[in-house]
Amino acid sequence: MAKDSGYFGEFGGQYVPETLMPALNELEAAYEEYKNDSEFKEEFRYYLKQYVGRPTPLYYAEKLTKHLGGAKIYLKREDLNHTGAHKINNSLGQVLLAKKMGKKRIIAETGAGQHGVATATASALLGLQCEIFMGAEDVRRQALNVFRMELLGAKVVKVESGTKTLKDATNEALRNWVATVENTHYVIGSVVGPHPYPTIVRDFQSVIGEETKEQIMQAEGRLPDFLIACVGGGSNSMGLFYPFKDFEMVQMIGVEAAGSGIETGKHAASLTAGSKGVLHGALSYVLQDQDGQILPAHSVSAGLDYPGVGPEHSYFKESGRAKYSAITDSEALDAFVLLSRLEGIIPALESAHAVAFVCKLAPQLDKDKVIVICLSGRGDKDVTEVSELLRSDAK
Amino acid sequence: MNRIDMTFNKLRGENCKALIPYLTCGDPSLEFTEQLVLNLVQSGADIVELGVPYSDPVADGPTIQKASVRALSNGVTLEKIFSLAGRLREKVHVPLIMMTYYNPVYVKGIEEFVKRAASAGIDGLIVPDLPFEEAGLLKEIMDSYNMRLVLLAAPTTTPERMERIAGLSQGFIYCVSVTGVTGARQEVSERLDSFLDRIRAKTDLPLAVGFGISGPDTARQAAELADGVIIGSALIDIIEKNTEQGITEAKINSSKVLEEVSSFISNVKRAITIENVS
Repeated sequence: MAKDSGYFGEFGGQYVPETLMPALNELEAAYEEYKNDSEFKEEFRYYLKQYVGRPTPLYYAEKLTKHLGGAKIYLKREDLNHTGAHKINNSLGQVLLAKKMGKKRIIAETGAGQHGVATATASALLGLQCEIFMGAEDVRRQALNVFRMELLGAKVVKVESGTKTLKDATNEALRNWVATVENTHYVIGSVVGPHPYPTIVRDFQSVIGEETKEQIMQAEGRLPDFLIACVGGGSNSMGLFYPFKDFEMVQMIGVEAAGSGIETGKHAASLTAGSKGVLHGALSYVLQDQDGQILPAHSVSAGLDYPGVGPEHSYFKESGRAKYSAITDSEALDAFVLLSRLEGIIPALESAHAVAFVCKLAPQLDKDKVIVICLSGRGDKDVTEVSELLRSDAK
Repeated sequence: MNRIDMTFNKLRGENCKALIPYLTCGDPSLEFTEQLVLNLVQSGADIVELGVPYSDPVADGPTIQKASVRALSNGVTLEKIFSLAGRLREKVHVPLIMMTYYNPVYVKGIEEFVKRAASAGIDGLIVPDLPFEEAGLLKEIMDSYNMRLVLLAAPTTTPERMERIAGLSQGFIYCVSVTGVTGARQEVSERLDSFLDRIRAKTDLPLAVGFGISGPDTARQAAELADGVIIGSALIDIIEKNTEQGITEAKINSSKVLEEVSSFISNVKRAITIENVS
């Protein structure tokens, strides 16, 4: 009965209803076939270049570097991708795979709406029907993205159950998949979920780290000292980290959302303050009570507002290969404003967590040290929310 | 011998089908659940499934989702459910099966969970998000406590998987009648027939059909093909429509619910008894 694949150390697995198991096996087999298929790889590369606009720049943030007075800071500009975030790398890969598998319909969950928009975009491009599940609370917070998805021809299903955010949108997408699995592919948006999703999403996102490696070699002639990225489910961070994992001299730090503060209990820091448990089909670190009931997460950023994390991050934490830290809502807001003012780049609130962490780290380091931040997305989607928050702060 | 095996042996000898109601523990209170189980047994239940309410029930439709919310918001914990099971075990002789998602088992500690369940008189477990690939350790521990791990088979299950499920499941096989989540439906799938044939070909274990059984008619159709019928959402609908959720506690019209449940379960029991099953 034991299964040897689909685990990262003790983490991962396939904790899903039997109804879905054949589909996961089918997906695993299809992925194994296509990931080495030169035609598939060529097609994926073509779209990444001509449609998404890759490679994204690795930009030396000179003013931020000077302002902080320490290590040299580079920004991996995933915000410059088509649709405004790293999410499109994975959505495009998975929708392309689904099309090869003969699926007619695509479903996805979304928090901030970035993954929903990216999946709706890829579905429009490749001509598949698309339905996006989004928590009612996020529909409210991210109204503009709802309209974008609808404009792209997707149907947006407002999820009213539970906490009405990403966790419950994922539950509802899973339930829908259980009922429609024969003709539908579920595009999970992060390195979470049952095997083979964490591996598939990591591989499609690894383009971030692969490009970074080449670009930093060109700019600095060496690998960076630190890689910093925000972690909700953990796909942009895993995409950046993974290609560097065998280079021990490169330190990798994932930044979770500390919300109102870890001590308040209102946060989304599964690795920093959670415990081992099963959520959405995988064993990983989760926020839960002593009975294993999943607790609501809290973050100003909808994309980090999730009580779980990808199993490979849990493995990196246990093995010590990566370190994890957490940044509060207000620290993230400060960084949001700082990067906008200094560099003319409005980051997504998610990415602002990584920037905020670097604001603490960089000044402690010598000037010859090199940091790469994954700027996972652009902040246009957040400006309404932020302007309200800053106004209420000012009062 | 385990009570589940004894029950199916006895029913087979009498050429009868098992009626297996499901309820969510603590919906809306544990006191009520206790009364309800006694009532179900009096009305003809052969086995009772005690559902552990869970925050993220991905295999469940709206009815059981709402039942879980009611139970959890009224303060149900695993400890209280084990105590309830212990009290019930002193009063009823039917097999009690706990249906729980995997995380509460994992977080409690697999050995500890099984030990507590066994000492409370629980005869088996159904874990809807635990496919056989992940079930090895749990099954091993349950074996040492003489408990049965009931596996599920779905319409999407491939022949190779069916073979494994047939070989590993104990007590009976939980046959998920629809490609979908739990919830009452108007009729059973027309494919139920060939689905059950596929399982029969692999095993002598009793087959119990669940998901979508809404009342006497669907129960009869399922009983014609299987050894047992599981009925959950339709039962919980009766609780839901007679419960008003307040801020701190729920108000339930207990006597009305018990009366309705008793007549509903008796009707289903009649529908699946042998003279009515062709």
